[in-house]
Amino acid sequence: MTSGVYRWMLLVVCALALPSVAWADWGALNMPVGVTEISGKVYELHMRIFIWCCVIGAAVFAVMFYSMFKHRKSKGAVAADFHESTTVEVLWTIVPLVILIVMAIPAAKVLIEMEDFSDSEMSIKVTGYQWRWQYEYLDQDISFFSQLDSASNVARQANSTVDPASIEHYLKDVDNALVVPVGKKIRFLHTAADVIHSWWVPDLAVKKDSIPGFINENWALIEKPGVYRGKCAELCGRDHGFMPIVVKAVSQEDFDTWVGEQKMKTASADMDAIRQWSQAELMATGERVYAANCMSCHQKEGQGIPGMFPAIAGSDIVNGDMDMHVHTVLNGVPDSPMQGFGSSLSDVDLAAVITYQRSAFGNQAGDILQPSHMRSLRQGLRQSALAVPQNNLKGVN
Amino acid sequence: MSYSDKAHDHPGHDEHDDHHHGPAKGLMRWVKTTNHKDIGTLYLWFSLIMFFIGGGMALIIRAELGSPGLQFVDPMFFNAMTTMHAIVMIFGVVMPAFVGLANWMIPMMIGAPDMALPRLNNWSFWIMPFAFTIMLSTLFMDSGGPAGGWTLYPPLVLQMGDSFAFVIFAIHFMGISSVMGSINIVATIFNMRPPGMTMMKMPMFVWTWLITAYLLIATIPVFAGAVTMLLTDRYFGTSFFSAAGGGDPVMFQHIFWFFGHPEVYILILPAFGIVSSIIPTFARKPLFGYDSMVYATASIAFLSFIVWAHHMFTTGMPLAGELFFMFSTMMISVPTGVKVFNWVATMWRGSMTFETPMLFAVGFVIMFTIGGLSGLMLAITPADIQYHDTYFVVAHFHYVLVPGAIYSLMAATYYWIPKWTGNMYDEKLGKLHFWISTIFVNVLFFPMHFVGLAGMPRRIPDYNNIFADWNFIATIGAFGFGFSQLLFVYIIIKCVKGGKEATTEVWEGARGLEWTVPSPAPYHTFEVAPEINSTTVTR
Amino acid sequence: MSGATDYYVPHEAKWPIVGSIGLFVFFMGFGNWLNGRALGKELFIVGTVILIVMMFGWFGTVIKESEAGTYNSQVDTSFRMCMMWFIFSEVMFFAAFFGALFYARSFSGPWLGGEGGGGADVTNAVLWAGHDYVWPSDGPGKIAGDYRPMPWFGLPLINTLLLLTSGVTCTIAHHAIKEGKRQKMVIWLAATVTLGFIFVACQAYEYYEAYAHLNLKMSSGIYGSTFFMLTGFHGFHVTMGAIMLLVVMLRGMKGHFTADNHFAFEAAAWYWHFVDVVWLGLFIFVYLI
Ligand code: HEA
Ligand code: HEA
Ligand code: HEC
Ligand code: CUA
Ligand SMILES: [Cu+2]
Repeated sequence: MTSGVYRWMLLVVCALALPSVAWADWGALNMPVGVTEISGKVYELHMRIFIWCCVIGAAVFAVMFYSMFKHRKSKGAVAADFHESTTVEVLWTIVPLVILIVMAIPAAKVLIEMEDFSDSEMSIKVTGYQWRWQYEYLDQDISFFSQLDSASNVARQANSTVDPASIEHYLKDVDNALVVPVGKKIRFLHTAADVIHSWWVPDLAVKKDSIPGFINENWALIEKPGVYRGKCAELCGRDHGFMPIVVKAVSQEDFDTWVGEQKMKTASADMDAIRQWSQAELMATGERVYAANCMSCHQKEGQGIPGMFPAIAGSDIVNGDMDMHVHTVLNGVPDSPMQGFGSSLSDVDLAAVITYQRSAFGNQAGDILQPSHMRSLRQGLRQSALAVPQNNLKGVN
Repeated sequence: MSYSDKAHDHPGHDEHDDHHHGPAKGLMRWVKTTNHKDIGTLYLWFSLIMFFIGGGMALIIRAELGSPGLQFVDPMFFNAMTTMHAIVMIFGVVMPAFVGLANWMIPMMIGAPDMALPRLNNWSFWIMPFAFTIMLSTLFMDSGGPAGGWTLYPPLVLQMGDSFAFVIFAIHFMGISSVMGSINIVATIFNMRPPGMTMMKMPMFVWTWLITAYLLIATIPVFAGAVTMLLTDRYFGTSFFSAAGGGDPVMFQHIFWFFGHPEVYILILPAFGIVSSIIPTFARKPLFGYDSMVYATASIAFLSFIVWAHHMFTTGMPLAGELFFMFSTMMISVPTGVKVFNWVATMWRGSMTFETPMLFAVGFVIMFTIGGLSGLMLAITPADIQYHDTYFVVAHFHYVLVPGAIYSLMAATYYWIPKWTGNMYDEKLGKLHFWISTIFVNVLFFPMHFVGLAGMPRRIPDYNNIFADWNFIATIGAFGFGFSQLLFVYIIIKCVKGGKEATTEVWEGARGLEWTVPSPAPYHTFEVAPEINSTTVTR
Repeated sequence: MSGATDYYVPHEAKWPIVGSIGLFVFFMGFGNWLNGRALGKELFIVGTVILIVMMFGWFGTVIKESEAGTYNSQVDTSFRMCMMWFIFSEVMFFAAFFGALFYARSFSGPWLGGEGGGGADVTNAVLWAGHDYVWPSDGPGKIAGDYRPMPWFGLPLINTLLLLTSGVTCTIAHHAIKEGKRQKMVIWLAATVTLGFIFVACQAYEYYEAYAHLNLKMSSGIYGSTFFMLTGFHGFHVTMGAIMLLVVMLRGMKGHFTADNHFAFEAAAWYWHFVDVVWLGLFIFVYLI
């Protein structure tokens, strides 16, 4: 190759290397040390293996490059004639084996510690939904949903005019964070309502799959108050990338206060559900609920995505009998991405979104559903919601 | 001893043909051919075309990931691209390309007149274009292509629209091709060797393919079974993967990875064979530790059957299972290390030159080792729980697959193309191709380690700003690497059209039977079985 | 390796491309059919017909060549190896379903029932309260309603005896042809094929019983799923094997095969024994325990 080509290549390397040095956010290069004892140990383990690997790589490459420079034909090297040696073969089988054993021991120790679920002080059930999380505090009787905050949700839409860079925790913030006390061993019970999700918070070194129909255990003991952000880590459909997790670790006192507040909120939500709502109020709330829960499939103008998600605009169900509409939203459609929202939305939200759909997007039904009515309907329908999930036999017939 | 076609002794024969002739003319030559070289060529062209299709999808992925925010595609389409990219690259590029090389080279390397079952061989190839027509057509269906990842995990994959059935059938279709192709290779290697060609005289490439063929025969049917269960869960009401009916979504993952892990070695063992052919040639020194290379390959294959659950450390396996799979996975590093060390020892005190095939082979050894070492890090369960489903994993497998499997294919092409076409390729351009590819491939995949460790999950179309810089760099690398491959195509076409005439031996240090036949290799080789005795150099 | 001198390398084959097109039409049709789209069943049938024509043509060519003495013993060995490894691949196909059965019975079933470590106890207590795991199971959702499992005595036992007997008759036929007694071979093969088809008929009746009287369906949870998947694929393989033996028998009647050249017979017989062994596995793991 001509030296011109070499010079050209060198230029490319430098051109590419320079900006990477200048722009890179060097903080975002490595695994976080985290805020639990386990996360610190995992970090240490990671670094230890990483260094071993670097050393092994460096050694192998050093020999290779030495050989490539010294034993070239152009340097007059004459090929030697050896081509086997049982001694070295045995040696380079045994030595790596020993290195591996040295690596495996601390790894096994940390793993055993991670899998010790005994003596937890409180339990939180975490359920993955497409695409939000439900947290149920089994000891405090608190339960709520947590999903992508509205600022990110607006910015992330196609053709949005909001610059993602202008949002501080773009795709890493939620509406309702999980609040937990520090210094307590918390047991997490992971499950899912539809497809597999995975609850991952790097700073706590926890990642566990949520499997529909099964519960997986996990635990964390957070040592430092703070806000720790994570994400759903298992592909779960269209909005898998938009399913963040925020854990707010606070002192025990703050936690107790927060628990009190939550109880108050539940009470006032109950109040809301019994009063009469005007259509305008319901439409406004409904629009918000729609944007947060339905839009990703049924789309902004209710037009759906042909072949995948039916349109709400002009839908027979939405324009037809209210009961069927309620049933669909409450219980979902079996074996389809349309999940039942009965367990995840409040009576107000359900009544609002149904009312909204019946008048928005040019739909003509126009009737309203009161939250109080929704509540009684829901009680009636609870039986059917719990009924046997029917496998619908699409197909050969 | 002469191999001859007896057909002309039997006038009743309906596919009569004279033996000592060249290929037939026209398009039908390629459709009806039973010649191992023709079929090899078909496979190689097919996979080159698929490489650009799969690569085009990768470029869509990288374009979308160039900066935060949604730029070009809907998340659903993004997922379909991720899924299809992987399926095309694995089943449409790397596997067919290796089968193509097997077709071209194995009969020539062992001194056989053709593959054991030439007609079956034709069928194995001609299934592929049809299977991929079905697979790719799903992208144009209303419901879009498969968007559940190439791992097809239920229940997500069961939410797919109409295209689901077609994806499953395309997989069955390709499976038939792979199994038939592998059976043919096994029969060829065992049954078509002339007297004197003992197993231990076979080139490493033949050995690695023999073992790969067994991996395929043993695992592809399991994959077919797994997707069949998906199909019945979706259309016939079974509940293999649904808890309410007593099944388990994780069960699919076990069955899938029982296939899937051996599959990744299917994608690398023939590459080991290629590199084991090239390094001795350019070091002008026989392969070091041939016997232990054979045993190491066999050990890797054996171990690959008992490590599958290292892809499932976060699914909630019992502790004992996690420990077992961690240890068994780590063990694979030992035989793989033996291979790397033997390559280095082959180079040691050789008399090396660095023509393009050698450059790609050396690039392979270095970058595969980097990918292998990150694989070892993934095997450490507590750490993998952090790495899992992040870009660190994406970095790992692209290092073993792109500068690994793909580099070995490029090395093989440069190494054997003079034998195939009779012409030397353009050495200057070849070297240029190597250097720009190598620079860009690292710009492309190295930063993925960082974003992965810093917490970027895989299979997402959008991300927070802190990952922006490295993703942007990776995207530059992707376009650079992708467009460098146009050079590869140019070099190949140029070489097919003409160039400096190649000698029989082609490379100064070349050893083995394929270098004893003229370049280009005649349409039929070894119709007379070669004389092989204890002193013949066959590897 | 054989010491033979000439290996037959055919030139130009038209059947493989016909086979590819056949499979293509078949799969496209099947896919359309499952999705309730136009031209599903029609294409499915056309594809099947093309495949059958292809097999007639392809095997016909091979038979003609074989009878003309084109193949030496090395070619014969190639055929043998291919059949052997093909059967092995089939074994692995069944292994996937047996694996599913074992997994469901010994891992997911007990887990849902609350046995074992990890989150099994909470899984049962929180998600499936009151569910007790016993095999046969239709899962904690009790999705099958009131169903009864298939008992092992009765038809399944008869089927076991049928298949075992057919293995014996098949072997007798094999010995016959090895002694060059073609007539005897045909007779014993006829017995084998008959037993095979009786088996398939019994199986069909068993399915009828299951659907009509036991309320046992494919959709009856994991028990129904594994039951029908395993016995269904097995039944399909019995049918294929019986057809293969039937073809061999017809060829025998036409005067094909000699004492030392009867690979087609052996291939079909191997296949038959493989189907037999799978049945034994089925009988034990699906019906008995
Ligand atoms: C060609 C393909 C290929 C190859 C060869 C490998 C090789 C290896 N892989 Fe990789 N892997 C993939 C393709 C491949 N992998 C793919 C595609 C995935 C992702 C699938 C998906 O989820 O989509 C994956 C994922 C994957 C995971 C799961 C990660 C996760 O999802 O959480 C793990 C975990 O253990 C792993 C481990 C390994 C190991 C230990 C090896 C070993 O074989 C590597 C051995 C090599 C070396 C170690 C280097 C050379 C050795 C020496 C120089 C000797 C000295 C060394 C020591 C003493 C240590 N791989
Ligand atoms: C052999 C296998 C193989 C190969 C070769 C590649 C090659 C590449 N891969 Fe891929 N990849 C996988 C196997 C492979 N990959 C697998 C298994 C996954 C996991 C999927 C999953 O999660 O389910 C994956 C996932 C994956 C992701 C993660 C997606 C996600 O998680 O969302 C990304 C992202 O950057 C990526 C990028 C690339 C790039 C840039 C290349 C490049 O090397 C490609 C090179 C580019 C080209 C060759 C383009 C050719 C040139 C042009 C197109 C020029 C235009 C001109 C014309 C068309 C004439 N791949
Ligand atoms: C994960 C994607 C998804 C989300 C989120 C979603 N839906 Fe649906 N929805 C679907 C799909 C798919 C169907 C079609 C189901 C079928 O018939 O197979 C559907 C059907 C419907 C129908 C019936 C329409 C018709 O004409 O068939 C209504 C009404 C509906 N959804 C309302 C809602 C409401 C209200 C919300 C939010 C609270 C919502 N959906 C959220 C996917 C979704
Ligand atoms: Cu939920 Cu990904
Ligand atoms: Cu693996």
